[in-house]
Amino acid sequence: MASSEEDGSVEEKENNNKKRSKSAIATAWLTFYNITMTAGWLVLAVAMARFYIQKGNHRGLYKSISRTLKFFQTFALLEVVHCAVGIVRTSVIVTGVQVCSRIFMVWFVANSIKQIQNEESVVLFLVVWTVTEITRYSFYTFSLLNHLPYFIKWARYNMFIVMYPLGVAGELITIYTALPYVRKSGMFSMRLPNKYNVSFDYYIFLIIVMLSYIPLFPQLYFHMLRQRRKVLHGEVIVEKDD
Amino acid sequence: MDALALEATQPKRATPPTASPSSAPVKRPKPAKKTKKAVVFFEVEILDAKTKDKLCFLDKVSELHSSTMYPQWYPARQSIRLDPKGKSLKDEDVLQQLPVGTTATFYFRDLGAQISWVTVFLTEYAGPLVIYLLFYFRVPFIYAPKYDFTTSKHWVVHLACMCHSFHYVKRLLETLFVHRFSHGTMPLRNIFKNCAYYWGFAAWMAYYINHPLYTPPIYGEQQVTLALVIFLFCQIGNFSIHITLRNLRPPGSKTRKIPYPTKNPFTWIFLLVSCPNYTYELGSWVSFTMMTQCLPVAFFTFVGFVQMTVWAKGKHRSYLKEFRDYPPLRSPILPFVL
Repeated sequence: MASSEEDGSVEEKENNNKKRSKSAIATAWLTFYNITMTAGWLVLAVAMARFYIQKGNHRGLYKSISRTLKFFQTFALLEVVHCAVGIVRTSVIVTGVQVCSRIFMVWFVANSIKQIQNEESVVLFLVVWTVTEITRYSFYTFSLLNHLPYFIKWARYNMFIVMYPLGVAGELITIYTALPYVRKSGMFSMRLPNKYNVSFDYYIFLIIVMLSYIPLFPQLYFHMLRQRRKVLHGEVIVEKDD
Repeated sequence: MDALALEATQPKRATPPTASPSSAPVKRPKPAKKTKKAVVFFEVEILDAKTKDKLCFLDKVSELHSSTMYPQWYPARQSIRLDPKGKSLKDEDVLQQLPVGTTATFYFRDLGAQISWVTVFLTEYAGPLVIYLLFYFRVPFIYAPKYDFTTSKHWVVHLACMCHSFHYVKRLLETLFVHRFSHGTMPLRNIFKNCAYYWGFAAWMAYYINHPLYTPPIYGEQQVTLALVIFLFCQIGNFSIHITLRNLRPPGSKTRKIPYPTKNPFTWIFLLVSCPNYTYELGSWVSFTMMTQCLPVAFFTFVGFVQMTVWAKGKHRSYLKEFRDYPPLRSPILPFVL
């Protein structure tokens, strides 16, 4: 879900001209990237709102926005590259886990298991993701432009308190609802005997994925809570020391 | 001597705890001592690397002993360093030879609970040995009940069990009798990480190889025989390298020397590679993959290859840094390639 940037981290000033122009290009690219992503998720938000207002219910909503969703959520793989290359100071693993979980939900659950596409839980996590991503990407955009309105900072570090649990609930309920259909179709599964001497049961795999939320979600959640205390508390308390 | 004793009895004159966060050791000029014996006494203060609290102050120290004031921090988990962010000093470092004045400030970091390398190795290798055999003998609750305690009808399955078991017995014996470890201990949490890795993969591989529905290799006897030959070659090679490395180091010492090829042909690979033990290990697992034609084994081989490459590159870099005359032809793990 939301990535965690080290706010207030001190970048050493590079005297080397080459390094300076390299980071100017990096900043330009990142600004462009974050503006694009903000726009993309705004488009999704508007499309979902329009659909619901016109139709009155959520049946067919996923289908109508699925192409846009797949495009922008897959594009987010670039964020792992940003961390790996070093132009964003976040752990590659943390970003990787978050992006992969999104890709998994979009491509291997929502896209592949057609029978659950009209479930309410899908709408739930779509709405949560949209709100979270618009907040997050506009936060990054404004930070890069050195002009961060307080309400965006406030939103980034407060909305997750509600959004994270809601999003997790939407995702877990969706996977749980999908289980019977996976079992019946045997999709993505491989049985013995075969010449590779391996087997894979997608049903069991999904159960393991659901169980993995138990250790992973609290870690992400408490990390964000700690970031929040650092960033927002730092505002309230006057210069402590060094 | 008197001047020194005077200063030693007034420890409060040492750096106050709330001083500026400078990381340089505190040095104060000492008046020249005139003593008959050429023994130099040191004052030593030890600060916590993170909080800069003074942990202990030792005067009239002629050797640096481990601290007795904080017994839960036994020596293996103490990291003493000259700079809070620098590297740890070694056990063998002598106070007189360190770049400090006669007042030495050291920074202490707690490395966390430690466990000996030997213990970790023995545990992590004993696991796969036992676990694989459980699957081989088809102990109940793994496969369908009608297969309990049956044996596979494919001879390659028996061969694979022998090779796998031989490999881990060899590793256990090497841990006990061959290896000379540079470090005594590692962080405790490593044993859980390492055992999860070795035991988990062993179970995953063994499940499929010993499965009643196992499919033998496509090219049959030829494939298995070739794999066996390569496997044995690499096992002997790996063992030869371990013996060579052991002989570089006198017993109980931690010296480091450049390894060179010996009369044993299996060590001639040192001409091309810095860490041929990893090269041979990779060869063993590639051949085991070929022998069993099992995707989980391929996966295990790949993950091991990545990890060993990381280690080999690190080792290669340390060799280059430490030895000016290090042979330039050598690659870390794969000749000319990696």
